[in-house]
Amino acid sequence: MTEIIVVTSGKGGVGKTTTAASIACGLARRSKRVAIIDFDIGLRNLDLIMGCERRVVFDFVNVIQGDCSLKQALIKDKRIETLFVLAASQTRDKDALSKDGVRKVLDELIADGFDYIVCDSPAGIEAGAHLAMYFADRAIVVVNPEVSSVRDSDRILGLLSSKTQRAEKGGEKVKEHLLLTRYNPRRVAAGEMMSADDVKEILGIEVLAVIPESPDVLSASNAGTPVILLEQSDVAKAYEDAVARLMGEDRPMRFIEEPKKGFLARMFGG
Amino acid sequence: MGLLAFFRRSQPTASTAKERLRIIVAQERKAQNAPDYLPTLRRELLEVIRKYINIDPDAVQINLEQEDGRDLLEFTVTLPDNGAGRI
Repeated sequence: MTEIIVVTSGKGGVGKTTTAASIACGLARRSKRVAIIDFDIGLRNLDLIMGCERRVVFDFVNVIQGDCSLKQALIKDKRIETLFVLAASQTRDKDALSKDGVRKVLDELIADGFDYIVCDSPAGIEAGAHLAMYFADRAIVVVNPEVSSVRDSDRILGLLSSKTQRAEKGGEKVKEHLLLTRYNPRRVAAGEMMSADDVKEILGIEVLAVIPESPDVLSASNAGTPVILLEQSDVAKAYEDAVARLMGEDRPMRFIEEPKKGFLARMFGG
Repeated sequence: MGLLAFFRRSQPTASTAKERLRIIVAQERKAQNAPDYLPTLRRELLEVIRKYINIDPDAVQINLEQEDGRDLLEFTVTLPDNGAGRI
């Protein structure tokens, strides 16, 4: 049974690709066969975050248009055996993706026995974002604790409940989760930033994970390593928790409170 | 960092953000579920009323509410003071 997960947000720059890459890696590390697809046609970036940008020969649109087979276009990750990347096309043709084309690729991945297909959505609510969410069983809505991101996330939640295959068929709904990124517990404590609970209350859905603001995200993207693979990082731990919860584990929320400083650290401002 | 900057930096604005979002999100959810003809209806109503009374564009409010399983379409037209706007 394949599960299709869309990582979406509405607003750009909130951490969709970072999240999609880390979730896909985390699932694959648990020996699941995972395909991750970049839906941002014309603005390919997942390949950079995954560190496979120089190995892209064929892309998503090539597969849809029959220029190559799906197998030829899937890039096998060098770190994790069971992880495959399908890059976005750099074409300027916005209509290169079609519902039937996307369905064909997803069906082939399902037939091939993939456990998870992670769809990395582009920002906005245009065709690419619509197609990324259309076939989803589950949605991870990435949100920053900031007004414009929260508002846009609500728009996306509205689309998830009306413009997806599940919504149209009227059966089981798309499972929705919030994933907060760039969370700064110190600023939350000072009343300068909305808390995870505030965002949860406004949007009315459960929080899958809270990812602390950290320089590690930039270091990881600089290196082309999904941040979940930086073992010592709190960001990696938070994403690992998210993956565990996706797979049904019950884990307490971490990184929502400022770490208590020890006596020495307080004395010396460490 | 000056004293003023220090105070400005630590202003607790999160509650303001939350309150603003609560209102706009509720409003937009309502608008999303509302029928498509509402904005047109509002504009046309405004044109008709303006034949007789000079009112502001935002003086006509339309609200679609659900009460006890019934849909209630509510119009509110705010008239200018003392009939000053009468044509």
